[in-house]
Formats: sequence, C-alpha cells, structure tokens
Amino acid sequence: MTAEVEETLKRIQSHKGVIGTMVVNAEGIPIRTTLDNSTTVQYAGLLHHLTMKAKSTVRDIDPQNDLTFLRIRSKKHEIMVAPDKEYLLIVIQNPCE
Amino acid sequence: MEIVYVYVKKRSEFGKQCNFSDRQAELNIDIMPNPELAEQFVERNPVDTGIQCSVSMSEHEANTERFEMETRGVNHVEGGWPKDVNPLELEQTIRFRKKVEKDENYVNAIMQLGSIMEHCIKQNNAIDIYEEYFNDEEAVEVMEEAPSAKTINVFRDPQEIKRAATHLSWHPDGNRKLAVAYSCLDFQRAPVGMSSDSYIWDLENPNKPELALKPSSPLVTLEFNPKDSHVLLGGCYNGQIACWDTRKGSLVAELSTIEFSHRDPVYGTIWLQSKTGTECFSASTDGQVMWWDIRKMSEPTEVVIMDITKKEQLENALGAISLEFESTLPTKFMVGTEQGIIVSCNRKAKTSAEKIVCTFPGHHGPIYALQRNPFYPKNFLTVGDWTARIWSEDSRESSIMWTKYHMAYLTDAAWSPTRPAVFFTTKMDGTLDIWDFVFKQCDPALSLKVCDEALFCLRVQDNGCLIACGSQLGTTTLLEVSPGLSTLQRNEKNVASSMFERETRREKILEARHREMRLKEKGKAEGRDEEQTDEDLTIDLEALVSKAEEEFFDIIFAELKKKEADAIKLTPMPQQPSPEEDQAVEEGEEAAGEGKSEEVEEELA
Repeated sequence: MTAEVEETLKRIQSHKGVIGTMVVNAEGIPIRTTLDNSTTVQYAGLLHHLTMKAKSTVRDIDPQNDLTFLRIRSKKHEIMVAPDKEYLLIVIQNPCE
Repeated sequence: MEIVYVYVKKRSEFGKQCNFSDRQAELNIDIMPNPELAEQFVERNPVDTGIQCSVSMSEHEANTERFEMETRGVNHVEGGWPKDVNPLELEQTIRFRKKVEKDENYVNAIMQLGSIMEHCIKQNNAIDIYEEYFNDEEAVEVMEEAPSAKTINVFRDPQEIKRAATHLSWHPDGNRKLAVAYSCLDFQRAPVGMSSDSYIWDLENPNKPELALKPSSPLVTLEFNPKDSHVLLGGCYNGQIACWDTRKGSLVAELSTIEFSHRDPVYGTIWLQSKTGTECFSASTDGQVMWWDIRKMSEPTEVVIMDITKKEQLENALGAISLEFESTLPTKFMVGTEQGIIVSCNRKAKTSAEKIVCTFPGHHGPIYALQRNPFYPKNFLTVGDWTARIWSEDSRESSIMWTKYHMAYLTDAAWSPTRPAVFFTTKMDGTLDIWDFVFKQCDPALSLKVCDEALFCLRVQDNGCLIACGSQLGTTTLLEVSPGLSTLQRNEKNVASSMFERETRREKILEARHREMRLKEKGKAEGRDEEQTDEDLTIDLEALVSKAEEEFFDIIFAELKKKEADAIKLTPMPQQPSPEEDQAVEEGEEAAGEGKSEEVEEELA
C-alpha cells in the first residue's frame, strides 16, 4: 500500500515543470516534502488558511457544494492544492512552454 | 420708500439701565396695497409648479487623515507537532512521519488526491491556458482617441522643510524605482536645518521612500548607472561628486576631494559608456567639465574649460547648466550654458582648444535642458527662456523649429523615447506640455496643470508611458500618458525625419541669404565716408533704443489687453456692467498710459 503511495508521489514529482510536491496534515505538519524545510513550513502555514477560506466561501454560497481543488496562478508558477479532510496535497508547477 | 421711527431721549438719561415693560401694540406704519402695482403683473391660471416630496439630503465630503501603511511579511514557524514529539529531534519527527504514512486514511487520501492532481498537472502541460492571445493584433489598432494623461501617484518630500526636486532618474532595470535629488537652488537662501537627504522611491509605496541617500551637501543631480543598477552618481551643491552603492547603505561610498571638484553646484552628471562602467562626467557653472572614474574619485581624469574663445581662460569660461551625452555618439557631447550658448564638443580632440567644436546661439537665458532626439541624433531639443527650440547640427546660426514665447519660463524638456515627434516640457507655472509636431506645430497637443508651484524637472520612463515631474515643494508626480502619445504611429518616423530635413534645408537657405545680404552691405559700407557713419550711428542708437522700448511696451500692452478681454469674456458677469467696465478699462489705460508702463516695468523687473 505504501509502495503505491510512493509511486504516486514520485510520478507526480517527475512530471514536466513540477518544482515541488508536499503533503501536509491538518495541523500543518509536513508529512512528505521534496523542498527544504523552511519553504515547506511557509507553504504549509499559508496554504492551510487559504484552503480553509476557499472552502468556507464555496460552502457559504451553496451549502451542498464543496471545494475540490484550488489553483493559484502567479507570475512565476502555479500552486495547486488538493484538499482532503485531514491532509493537503500541494504541488508547485511551472508550466512554461 | 424709507420708514423712519423717531424717538427722543433726555441727555441725563443716557447710559441708564434699560427698564423693560409691557405695553399694548401700537401701529406705526400702515402701508395700503397699491392696486396700480398689480398692473405690472399678468395673472396666470393655472400655475405649473414642480414639487418634490422626498427626504432632503445633503452631500458632505470627508477626508480621513493619511493612513500610513507598511507591508510586512510573516514568517511561519513549524508547529502543530503533538506534545510527545519534540520538533527539533530528528528521530522523533521521522518516527512520527513514518507512523502517519502507515495510516490507511493517509493512503486512501493520497491516492485520491494524487489522481486529481495529476489530471491538473497534465492539463497544464498540455495547454497553457494563461498565454497571451492576440498578441499581434495590438499593433494594428489605430489610435483615434484624444490625447490624455492622468496622475497615477504623488510622492511627497517627507521632510518638514520642503526642498525643490531638482533631478529625477529612473531605475535602469524594470523602471520600478525613481531616484529624486532634492536641494534648494536659491542662492544662499536655503533655510537653516534643511536636510540634505535625497531619496530613492519605490513606485508601489508612495508613503515612505525606499532608501535615503545622505550626502554632506544637498544633491543637485542624481543618476542611476545604466550598467549597474546599484550604483548612483550624485552632483552636490558644493561642487563635489558623490557616488553611492545601494547595497552598502545610505552613506556616500565615494566622494571627490573638494580641492579638485567643481567650485559651483554641479548641474549635470552623466554616466559614460565604458567597459568598466565606472566612468562619468560632470559639468558645473564654474565653467569646467570634468571626467571622473568612480574607482578613484580623488581627482578628475580630465578637465575641459568651457572657453569658447579657445584660450582656456577660466575667467572667460561659460557656466555649464546642462550636459548631454548620447551613447551612440560616444566621442561627442554637448553643453548648455548659463549664458544661453550651446557648445558642441569632441572628447577625442588632441588639444584642449580643439575640444570645443562649435557653438550654437541658443536662447536668451540659461539652457535648462538639452537632449538629442533618440531616433535622429543629429537633431536636439533645448529649453531656455520662454521657448523650446529644436536644432540641427548642420544649421549653426539658428534653430530649425521653435515654439512660441510662453507666459512662463520653461524649466525642463525631454524627448519621448518611443515616438520621434513627441516631446515634453515643464514650466514655472506648474504645467506640463506634451508636444506632438506631426499632429500640431503651434500648440502643445496636451497641456496639463500638474501642480500650483513651479515644476523643475521631468523624466520620461523608457517605455514612453510614464512621466515623472518634480516640483518646487519636492512633490514628484507620476503621470501616465494615453497610448496614443506613447506608441509609434504608422509612418511617424518618416514624417518626423522629413520634417526635420525640410526645416534644416529652410534654415540653410535663409542662412545663405543672410550671408549674401551681409556681404552686400559690407561692400556698400566700405564705399561710404566713415566719419559720417559714426555720427549717424551714435544718434541713431538713442533713437533706436527709445523706439525699441516703445514697440516693446506696445506689444506687452496688446497682450495684456487681450488677456483681460479673454478673462472678462470667460467670467459670467451680468450684461449691464460689462460694457461699462470694458469702456472704463480702455479709458483707464489710455489715460494712465505712462503710469502703466512704469507698473509693467516693475512687474517685469
């Protein structure tokens, strides 16, 4: 089972343009990360709040709805967040052509 | 009609306290209605009146106090670890992580999230949905809109004692920063306690300057090094040249020694194109142009004296007030002087006398700005007295194009870096004029009142869209011009170059004719008696002077009258008094003709 997880994460990391991948739990502890610790902690702390806010926004507008994916495109790269009840999967990709 | 009520009071009762008492109402005046007045009115039945039944409201403006904001980042610290795990202990954290990874929930969650994520990643890689569409089509748009400009930001001098912003320089990379030099150019009238700081502003933050540069004497000019954006060169009020490195802080990195520096404020400093990127030169009103290498600021590498009689006498030298250097013509440079003459020099000449190549007669006053056209370097723009003139290097007797005489002194000018036919000028009354001579030659295409005080300097950003201008109270205003004035129009280069050539040819023809006429007159004069011509000359001189004065004052009066007539037409005054006022004004002027001339003299003086 864990082998599949490993394989999935490795596959994600090996895609073109992916700068970093990390898995963070609900308390903000980075479980798995390919970036250095300080960057990971920054991303974990900031994106957790943002995901919560986005989730509550979606549910405020329609309580039956829920947040499935969050994409933040910035000048330099794109931050993608897949939220779960307990964990967050964060991928930073630079989709340059 | 007057209604009067008379009462009598004894003198002995003056000053007594008032004793009020009640009494019956007395009818003093009874005015009966006069039916004859009704004949002046016509009865109107029915009457149409509008009534509004609504809540009466009022509009009120309030401006809050300036709110200072600062942007700060927050640094997160790792946390959330359960109590039994010490985050600093690597073993414990690894053990915790391994435990989480074995959790079934974790496995399921990751598998599911992983597949969603992969989908999006692949999507990103397949198509760049954020790309710039219709990139090519922008060039085809024809700009039909009227030229306009709007103020984007205002940077105020944070000091209490306001100084004038005398020079501006844009950051060479990305143009996100602006360096402004502040100083008080009134001779010996700088207020006590005036700070000598100059600032570098970040365009995003107009509340607080990004960096303060602290020289020993206020800076008159300030320039970023185009090769190394951390290095700045400043010319001080006391004649020294100072150099900063923004990485090192706000104190001066290098300072020239006072003995070898200029003896007057340094009015122009420009960086040179050199392999080392450390060479620069400066000019000042003491008549010298000095070349420096910032690695060794103890003395200049070269000095040229602006003596146009080529005798290199400092006493005869002309004070330089503006300096011009174009990197595409590295051996030539031009100096605009206080006396109104433009001197073109060649740096590579063998002897110092040959350094000064030629002079142009220039303006009636100091030349405050001098710049070559970035597209056609043979033509350059100068500003001085009340006009702006465009010159061509080929025509040395006069300018090829000039604006009319304005009401206020022109202080600075600059070409637009993107359009060869557009230039900007600033005036002492706080207006910024944008001239586009393929559109209109006699008036500016756009004239904006930027502020109430005089504008001293102007700088256009490299993209041609943003203009920064500095005023007398240290306020730097950032304006954005409409795209019509900053994007190159079709055919504009050809039109502009043909205009320049046409005007140059016209000037050459005029010059040739003048020369012919002068030669003819010389021939005639040699034939006549010399004594007679001398006497005639002396008598004629006085008559000529008085005639010139008369003509001058007549022109001034005509202009003033025209201005008053315009002003009267514009102000909404009731019809009856205005023709009387006009007459009164005219009579007054005729009667007090002499008196007014004295007043005008005082105003002008």
